Amino acid sequence: MLNFEYQIAVFTRWCISRIGDRPMLVAVVTLGGLTFLIATALVVAQSRLRVDEDPRIEPVYELLPHTDCGACGYPGCRAFAEALAAAEVPPGKCTVGTEEEKQAIADILSVDVGNVEKVVARLACAGGANVARMHAFYEGLDSCRGAALVAGGGKGCFWGCLGYGDCEAVCDVDAIIMSQDKLPVVIEDLCTACGDCVDACPKDLFTLHPVSHRLWVACKNLEFGDPILADCEVACTACAKCAKDATGGLINMQDNLAVVDYTRSHDQRHAIDRCPTGAIVWFDKDQGPQKGPAARKVFRTSVRHVAPT
Amino acid sequence: MTGIMDTALGAPSFRHGVHPREHKEDTRGLAIRQFPFAPMLIMPLRQHLGAPAVPVVRVGQEVARGETIARPDGFMSVAMHAPASGVVRRIELAPTISGDMVESVFIEPLPADTQEVDDGEPCRLDNATPEQIMTAIQNAGIVGLGGAAFPTHAKLRFPDDKHVDTLIINGVECEPYLTTDHRVMLEQSADVIAGIRYLVKATSAVRTIIAVEANKPDAVTALSAALPDDLPVDVTVLKVKYPQGAEKILIKALLKREVPQGGLPIDVGVICTNVATTAEIGRLLPRGRGIQERVITIAGPGVEKKGNYLIPIGTPVRFALEACGADPDITRVFMGGPMMGPAVSNLDIPVTKGTSGILAFTVHETAAIVERKVYACIHCARCVESCPVFLNPSHLGLLAKNEQYEQMADDHSLYDCFECGACNYVCPSHIPLVQYFRLAKKMVRKLRATH
Repeated sequence: MLNFEYQIAVFTRWCISRIGDRPMLVAVVTLGGLTFLIATALVVAQSRLRVDEDPRIEPVYELLPHTDCGACGYPGCRAFAEALAAAEVPPGKCTVGTEEEKQAIADILSVDVGNVEKVVARLACAGGANVARMHAFYEGLDSCRGAALVAGGGKGCFWGCLGYGDCEAVCDVDAIIMSQDKLPVVIEDLCTACGDCVDACPKDLFTLHPVSHRLWVACKNLEFGDPILADCEVACTACAKCAKDATGGLINMQDNLAVVDYTRSHDQRHAIDRCPTGAIVWFDKDQGPQKGPAARKVFRTSVRHVAPT
Repeated sequence: MTGIMDTALGAPSFRHGVHPREHKEDTRGLAIRQFPFAPMLIMPLRQHLGAPAVPVVRVGQEVARGETIARPDGFMSVAMHAPASGVVRRIELAPTISGDMVESVFIEPLPADTQEVDDGEPCRLDNATPEQIMTAIQNAGIVGLGGAAFPTHAKLRFPDDKHVDTLIINGVECEPYLTTDHRVMLEQSADVIAGIRYLVKATSAVRTIIAVEANKPDAVTALSAALPDDLPVDVTVLKVKYPQGAEKILIKALLKREVPQGGLPIDVGVICTNVATTAEIGRLLPRGRGIQERVITIAGPGVEKKGNYLIPIGTPVRFALEACGADPDITRVFMGGPMMGPAVSNLDIPVTKGTSGILAFTVHETAAIVERKVYACIHCARCVESCPVFLNPSHLGLLAKNEQYEQMADDHSLYDCFECGACNYVCPSHIPLVQYFRLAKKMVRKLRATH
């Protein structure tokens, strides 16, 4: 035993004496040894710690639009692809991709596309610069959120759109453009219902609705009666004609504003017919928001004459 | 006089801050005058911080001047009183300076009424308990008249493990143009002292300091003459500097005590009330009345009849300006001082308990401001040297520009900023820093509420 230990000691001393004057050899042996060790560890890890990922995630992810908009409710397209592979949601939940892409995903996963209706952002204000007047002119940060901090922003109607285009700026898919009347217009085909505009608006005018919600109250004014018309020609005056015309308790007056209950049958275009201001509109598939025949016509296309008061 | 100036040279003050032009010379010599009643007075039910008051009148009801028209809804709320004898015409939403539409009581004053105020149940100093004094203050609708409109009784009620040694009566009035507190100290010094007696009884404070800036020597003389012998009250003269009237800054200047981050003055044993609030306590409580009018300064280059007025609460700004002969060229109206006061977006906004002034400026003063451009930050650090709470407004401004609001709150003490506007005032690039900070605070609140 002692002999063996002695031999090792002799060998070690021999090794040291041999390599002591060969630094190159030390380097090669050390790094070579390390490389071998780590490579072995990796090989072991590869076989022992391997996680089997669903092979369908990658092709599904490739078919998704990669906008990471979050409209599906998942944090980005990758998470949505994983949820799809786990069969948590149908492919139709993606609001951005085309029908063909969604069908291709459904084929890969051999599931149904899932008939999820397209959702778009709707603006509850129609008071553009041609119909609504300002009480004061705002100067400062060029944004609605900045303007809203200065005693509400100076628009005659407290609830109305301020028109500095924060929603247009946050929309990643360019689905919102500011009209010449400084009112945002949502392009339904492009809108992915990601909800960024809903968060950006300081007056909370945007909400997400399925496209089938065609009957729409484009006003949020809670003041009663006609005085608001001095500030905005297309405001809801709480006359309640639409509530009377709609059947099945579809429209209720809440806090001086018509509120549509979309859980009821809401395919009732006739509800807009007697609206005197055009505050309640019908979103036509092709022509956009349509006012009823009784609504006062607005011909003015320039900015409504304003005198700050 | 010389004595006051001598004290002022070695007077306590704080580090940083700015020296805006005072512009007080137009109104400081004018005695407080009663303001006429507007044809319609608008009483928002939320003029204070906290829960809105609950109306106890109905539409069509006749109310007498000083009658309670709304009761406090819970602890953080105060009562409201009719500013004039008249008829309640409507109870509906009305615009306010906060930018919100607030449920308001519209009172039409009766033109042929004597407008006499009836006395209510008095709260006598000698036999009232501290608890009764606080309730009386709440029922009198008294809030901080300096501008923040924080309910005064809420300030006085503190947990049992805290104690108060010093009561500070804030008569600094560091905002340019405003002279309301100045006039109150001159004309109502007896009421101030009476108010101090109530406050001392309610808080059992050991001593009281009335803080006045050195630019109001006559107020110092008036108050010193009124000081009682049986109560340890001192008048301390401070150097003239903005924003010395801010509660926490004033405590630092007077007592060298620093209110902890996110804390209240009570955490360092201090209660601080505005001098006009104190005068109201001293005037109203013995008579059992409520606040139905307050002293405000109406001034600025756009106003002809500048002055200090005892104005009924609820007077619309439009009426106030018309009655004072507003210049037809007015372009900008502020409620409160020019440094912190918000710009008025609608002249139908009424004067509330927190309104210390109405300032009107004409196109001649504002044209240059409108024309000027916002430049990039040149890192001159003038804002850093002006910030009274030692923040870095330059860096905060850059973060706000890049919408990194949470970082501002988490790493750069955004919530210590009380929006005094000193950084804005000195910025050579005209960056709207305070607006950025207000926006950031709002966004952080929104983010924290949703996540």
